[in-house]
Amino acid sequence: MSTAELDARARQAKEELDAQTCRVVAYHFHDSTGCPFWLEKKRELKFDPLKEVRCYDDLKKFPEFQDEWLRGGPIRRWVPQGHAGKPVYVFETGGTTGIPKSRMVIDDFRTDYELFSHTLPDEYFPKGANWLMLGPSGPRRLRLAVEHLCQYRGGICFCIDLDPRWVVKLIKKGWMEHLEEYKKHCIDQAVTVLTAGHDIKCMFATPKLLDALALGLEERGTSIQEVGITGIFSGGTEFTPQWTRYCVEELFGGPPEVSGVYMTPTYGNTLMGLACSKPVTAADGYKISYYAPQPRAVVEVVSFDDYNQVVPYGETGRVKLTTLTDEFFVPGFMERDEGEREQPFEKYPWDGVSGVRPFHEFASSTTVGVY
Amino acid sequence: MSVLSMPALRWGQPYESLEVNEVRHFLSGDVVARISQVNGGMVRRDMRQAGKARDILRQIPIEELLRKAAVAADLFETAELPMGDGTQTPEQFVKQQSATTGLPEVLCRSNITKNAFVLRNMPQILEALTRGLDPKILEAGYGREDRGVIVSYQAQTTVLGAVLPSNSPGVHTLWLPVVPLQMGLVLKPGGQEPWTAYRVAAAFQQAGIPGEPISLYPGGHDVGESILAACNRSMIFGSAQTVAKYAGNPGVQVHGPGFSKILIGDDCVDRWEQYLDLMVESVYSNGGRSCINCSAIYTPRHGKEIAQALAERLGPIDVLPPEDPNAGLAAFTTEGTAKAIWEMLQKDLGQGGVTDMTAAYGDRLVEQEKVGYLRPMVVHCASSEAEIAAKEFMFPFVSVVECPQAEMLGKIGSTLVATALTEDKDWSRQLVTATNIDRLNIGPIPTNRLNWLQPHEGNLIDFLFRSRAVQMSDEMFAALG
Repeated sequence: MSTAELDARARQAKEELDAQTCRVVAYHFHDSTGCPFWLEKKRELKFDPLKEVRCYDDLKKFPEFQDEWLRGGPIRRWVPQGHAGKPVYVFETGGTTGIPKSRMVIDDFRTDYELFSHTLPDEYFPKGANWLMLGPSGPRRLRLAVEHLCQYRGGICFCIDLDPRWVVKLIKKGWMEHLEEYKKHCIDQAVTVLTAGHDIKCMFATPKLLDALALGLEERGTSIQEVGITGIFSGGTEFTPQWTRYCVEELFGGPPEVSGVYMTPTYGNTLMGLACSKPVTAADGYKISYYAPQPRAVVEVVSFDDYNQVVPYGETGRVKLTTLTDEFFVPGFMERDEGEREQPFEKYPWDGVSGVRPFHEFASSTTVGVY
Repeated sequence: MSVLSMPALRWGQPYESLEVNEVRHFLSGDVVARISQVNGGMVRRDMRQAGKARDILRQIPIEELLRKAAVAADLFETAELPMGDGTQTPEQFVKQQSATTGLPEVLCRSNITKNAFVLRNMPQILEALTRGLDPKILEAGYGREDRGVIVSYQAQTTVLGAVLPSNSPGVHTLWLPVVPLQMGLVLKPGGQEPWTAYRVAAAFQQAGIPGEPISLYPGGHDVGESILAACNRSMIFGSAQTVAKYAGNPGVQVHGPGFSKILIGDDCVDRWEQYLDLMVESVYSNGGRSCINCSAIYTPRHGKEIAQALAERLGPIDVLPPEDPNAGLAAFTTEGTAKAIWEMLQKDLGQGGVTDMTAAYGDRLVEQEKVGYLRPMVVHCASSEAEIAAKEFMFPFVSVVECPQAEMLGKIGSTLVATALTEDKDWSRQLVTATNIDRLNIGPIPTNRLNWLQPHEGNLIDFLFRSRAVQMSDEMFAALG
């Protein structure tokens, strides 16, 4: 694609983002459709969002979104009037000690994962294939989202029991033997399902569980490849180029064209949708670049000193997430991660982020990938 | 100083990772080395082949491995050895180790000598560790002792895993005997002090010991956890919290704070001036960083005078550039650490009956642009109840604690090295039977002076082997050879 064509696509994407911003702000701040939280917040603002948000950049007028606002109830204060009467889910993050952060969802997780589904190569994620969800269970978005993704693609999803809050407690207590046993317990469940004749071809797995599963299968004389897995999606800041290389070279038995096993990383959280990656290849040094599902969500890489200022391409900054759906509005949430700003490209003609890792100021106090 | 790129070693094979840790000079911030980082999964996968390490080494008789270890000693001490994508002379090793750890060069040099001594004198060290057992018995797993009895030592592992520290290069002597004992080494080098592990591996290889039995896995916490989980026997160096975490785990030997002490008896205390040099050396040697440095002196009387005399000797010691031959203090290279320790000390010093005897010798906290230092401290405690009396810090620090001799054993708590200054036979017998003292010196021996012909902390033989019964007929014994 020529530079001019890419520029044109980028302009069009920007126009769609501006239009989505206006629509979503109008929805959340109008008395007839907005949620109690934002309608109340409107009174504290020094501007009128209904009149003074005309494009995406106008979101800078909002104060930084505090995820602490999501702790505690009532959860109904986040449900927009426009969706009154619909069945509502609540998804939680954290919660090992104290009150977890909670986000209400109606259909967003389905929409996000349907969009994601269209990015998956059918060759490795065959339509109609059954899936294994090797990740946290309980009040997590991931559990239902993966199941929906599988169903959307015509399959049936098998799950395991995994309580991440207990895992965190085991680590805090220093009960490392219990931690090992719990991990084995999870892997045993997965191996049982995978070897029970359910014709599972695809899976979601956290990086640590994927590693443990591969080892567990090999100890039983088989492998990820041999049990018939062809498509894996995974995610998190542990998903580094080196990690991907390790998976490809040592867990899968080579790149997809050789091993028949394809893995795609993703990036996201309960507040935002799911950012997809550019295809990851050895030739590109296993570089991982994520692109948000614009215009429903935006990922920006902003200056450490000024969260309203994006850094130049290739430069390092903190990751800022924005969610723009009629279910949920998050105008600029500072994620606990940093990375480098990436150029738009053909498939995603907007900014991306690469090299995602824990924000250096929090890194020492951040526990990543405990399960 | 040229920048070295150092790969991980997976069973002797170099592995260049896409993730590298840039190890920097503690003052200038310049990159000194780029170290390939692996992940815990790699360790666990590689450990499935751990049996090979011992198989390869068992093809070489222990006596030959001991000879090769002596050759490695010379190479470690004097040779230019292959190191990553370059080479390393002993002088470069000293400069690099000092640059990344903040240790004075003179201490780095003395650690070379110490490690080389242990490698060179491995036959005597093994004799000390095994209490005179014929190495052939370890080699075969059984044998007949001089008294005519068949004994058997069953190896409990094929490799020793070790999660190595960054702050005390002297501790490497603990794992050096492993390869001569025909077991593999699985090491996670310290983040700031990768140097010793890499140089020992290079020296072993140059001395003709196969590379396969040695793995070096630089990386994050998950690498350490994987080593401890995947190796049947491993050692880790860390804080009191680390010690608590692995207490009771028979597969993990934890080396934490030593809380080493000098105990002065009623019969010797009136001659305390005679022991002043011994006390200074026990507190100040190796920058006060070792677990065998003395952190408390218990005395039945004259406590204030002893503390004052120590303060006069230790208080004036100042920070010197790392290359200065008189430098004796190591930097705290993690920003804010020295200050945080100092603030912790301030709280302890606020307790009643606690006096900072070094206060008159200038500020203890020395903050520089990127690093901090703590100058030696001597604190007088009127009672053993003072909380600071039971603390140990990573710089020359000692509490002089007033405590009646009869109460000392009940008050000192866990003690790695105790030097008892006494000629009192009854008290000596009590000290010998005390279970809270590991290494006991009776008489004027500084706590830091290890006699290598004595087993040291956590006898490696007891950890790696299990003495068990084997019974067989004389005919079978002769047939097995």
